[in-house]
Amino acid sequence: MSKVTLTVNGANRELELDTRTTLLDALREHLQLTGTKKGCDHGQCGACTVMVDGQRINSCLTLAVMHEGDEITTIEGLGTPGNLHPMQAAFVKHDGYQCGYCTPGQICSAVAVLNEIKAGIPSHVSADLTVAQQTTAAELRERMSGNICRCGAYSNILDAITEVAGGQT
Amino acid sequence: MRFDTPATTNPIDQLKIVGKPVDRIDGPLKTTGTAPYAYERHDVVPNQAYGYVVGSAIAKGRIASIDLSTAQRAPGFLAIVTADNAGRLGRGRFNTARLLGGPDIEHYHQAIALVVAETFEQARAAAQLVRVDYVRTDGMFDLAAAKDSWTPAAGLGAPADPGVGDFAGAFPTAPIQLDAAYTTPDHSHAMMEPHASIAAWEGDSLTVWTSNQMINWTVGDLAQTLGIAREKVRLISPFIGGGFGGKLFLRADALLAALGARAARRPVKVALPRPLMANNTTHRPATIQRIRIGATRDGKITAIGHESWSGDLPGGGPENAVQQTRLLYAGANRMTATRLAILDLPEGNAMRAPGEAPGLMALEIAMDEMAEKLGLDPIEFRVRNDTQVDPENPGRPFSQRQLIECLRTGAERFGWNKRNAQPGRLRDGRWLTGMGVAAGLRNNLLTTSAARVRLDHRGVVTVETDMTDIGTGSYTIIAQTAAEMMGVPLDKVVVRLGDSSFPVSAGSGGQWGANNSTAGVYAACVKLREAVAQKLGFNSADAVFGDGQVRSGNRTVSLAEAAGESGLVAEDAIEYGDLGKQYQQSTFVAHFVEVGVDVATGETHIRRMLAVCAAGRILNPKSARSQVIGAMTMGVGAALMEQLAVDKRRGFFVNHDLAGYEVPVHADIPHQEVIFLDETDPISSPMKAKGVGELGLCGVGAAVANAIYNATGIRVRDYPITLDKLLAGLPEA
Ligand code: FES
Ligand code: FES
Repeated sequence: MSKVTLTVNGANRELELDTRTTLLDALREHLQLTGTKKGCDHGQCGACTVMVDGQRINSCLTLAVMHEGDEITTIEGLGTPGNLHPMQAAFVKHDGYQCGYCTPGQICSAVAVLNEIKAGIPSHVSADLTVAQQTTAAELRERMSGNICRCGAYSNILDAITEVAGGQT
Repeated sequence: MRFDTPATTNPIDQLKIVGKPVDRIDGPLKTTGTAPYAYERHDVVPNQAYGYVVGSAIAKGRIASIDLSTAQRAPGFLAIVTADNAGRLGRGRFNTARLLGGPDIEHYHQAIALVVAETFEQARAAAQLVRVDYVRTDGMFDLAAAKDSWTPAAGLGAPADPGVGDFAGAFPTAPIQLDAAYTTPDHSHAMMEPHASIAAWEGDSLTVWTSNQMINWTVGDLAQTLGIAREKVRLISPFIGGGFGGKLFLRADALLAALGARAARRPVKVALPRPLMANNTTHRPATIQRIRIGATRDGKITAIGHESWSGDLPGGGPENAVQQTRLLYAGANRMTATRLAILDLPEGNAMRAPGEAPGLMALEIAMDEMAEKLGLDPIEFRVRNDTQVDPENPGRPFSQRQLIECLRTGAERFGWNKRNAQPGRLRDGRWLTGMGVAAGLRNNLLTTSAARVRLDHRGVVTVETDMTDIGTGSYTIIAQTAAEMMGVPLDKVVVRLGDSSFPVSAGSGGQWGANNSTAGVYAACVKLREAVAQKLGFNSADAVFGDGQVRSGNRTVSLAEAAGESGLVAEDAIEYGDLGKQYQQSTFVAHFVEVGVDVATGETHIRRMLAVCAAGRILNPKSARSQVIGAMTMGVGAALMEQLAVDKRRGFFVNHDLAGYEVPVHADIPHQEVIFLDETDPISSPMKAKGVGELGLCGVGAAVANAIYNATGIRVRDYPITLDKLLAGLPEA
């Protein structure tokens, strides 16, 4: 057992955890923040995506005790049913989900992706590493490809992200 | 309500709310992570312990001995369930293999134990300490090798070898003939939410929060397996993270959670670890198919034959891949045959569009090949062989059949006239490009469905039914139905689903959910309208429901007032007469796909996709479209990448996780277009609707395959069409 303090969605959370506890299980089982989903527990699906100090990660692939003092943002930290984050609202508008199980991960990833593009971080499909990255469909598809949606809402998810990014839908 | 004559005008036809592309009412919950899925119900019962499943390491044989002592000494250990201590277990009506194996083992990763501990980490660690000695026996794991030991098998409600005319005589004499073999591999549902359950006992009563498409089936099978009365079992499944047929039945998570909770004397939660899912649960069986088509020189089919071989465990069923061939095209001489071999692989069962999905992957390549032999455009060939009646029984018309319109509309919208009929001629940089088309058919199944509707003193209408929403949009279309019927806005409707204490619905499967479950809600609402009218002394025939009020003559009363403090409640079911027998009820689609195939690497990239559907009234075009694009996406997976790889020596699916079993990701899928033809089908139900959830998958794979052929001139008949199957035939870059 080990003590760890996380800042989760702005609140200080002190936990005493089995050191084998993943960040994902710390959120879901210990803090009962079940918005973050477990699809594979092996870094293969993206359902568990959260932001740690602003960067998206698969929370199933990291142990909670490695995050002493870190700022964690989960889907619950983005918006609430009565006060949706623009990305959440766009997913509703464009029906960017079906069963909803991949959805929190998609939304966290999408928010982080737009920040990555803004920060000029290139991707596999970026043609030129020396210029500002663009929010093209190809860039979004590439960068979102770690988030599987077996329901196949991809086309709609892309419309939602594109709208938030300020592009045409 | 009995439905035995075609629907006439009814309140649904107002289409004030039904038929509108409204946002899903559960959208805000799903997008904020506040929709509760099975494993997440910390709120429902305290003191939950964690169960971890141990799966068999052999495919066939028996457990010689099992040593639990180390596991039992592990930190946090609470209990262990094995076949030795679980007591006498029955087997569910819908299960082929037992959900708790031992001493006999029927398939790889069959559950053999559940270890319960205080925490997830402790349960997982203790589960690794269970020591098992197996005695392995030989099994049959290779469909191609088992193929000749088949038995004839009937599909659901179908004779084993249906046919008419004289296929054996007509085919060899047909001027133009095709005789080709196709294979489709085993597929995994790979829904994003693993099977999961929390079970709690209160005396001899069991409650299970679970993730299940068919509440009523599963209550029955859980009770039967445990040997308790079904009244003692309650199932609750309000949100389901995908099913695709993989959650139609009782599975090991629910049974083992119940047994674990009994053994540990406290609530237990169990999720199947992702790497266990492909072998522990069900899958779509692989098929070997042979298709023969004979036609006149002007493209009229005179003989059509379709045989399919698949395998399953003893007592299991076939993949009914010939089903659509009985209905899709005309032709006087017809033969279909379904063959089942015994395999010792995990249990085969339904996956989205069972039968039609693999069947059309083969048939619609065959149609493309035949069109080419005839020198006909593949659309024109299909049009020439359209039929408005059941070809095996011409006295039985289709209730609606707009397949030609689907094909023609799609051709126009997709720019089909830009396709070069000569394959391998179009080039865009390093990409060889081509277009493909395929038709699809999926039947509309009618089944009883019940609901209860309440009206309260605030004028709020609450619908309760055990119907499930697996991403299909059930919450929303049921709310739309109730709102339309009672004349209230959508935000005055509350929908409660997936609870076995509610009236029994059609459930989610076979694309029967939307039409039947809303028809059940319609029936209940008709009764509620009568109750309102009666209470107010109105003649229910001329009472008008709208704007939250009910009017009759010059009297207008708000629904809130009509309900009063005590409220009103009504319950009814839709029950069907013979219309399903008198008419063939089906849904139709034409799929159009454009691909690029990298001339150097053979990589296929989907460039454009369009589906044109004729499927009765579309209750919500937004959620219906999502069903179709999701199915198109799954069809791309089946065409290009999805395949459970069989270890034919050890007898299991090797690539049993989401890294090894590839499904489409964002980068694989372009913008997708869907068109719904204007259609209402008064034969289907008072809703005049049918389903689309499986239709969208019917034919997509073949449309991709045909596009690849058009792009490259390489005809691949063995799915998935991976680049290794194209490389040798590609031109010099
Ligand atoms: S649960 Fe973490 S990537 Fe799948
Ligand atoms: S919405 Fe079901 S997996 Fe994406």
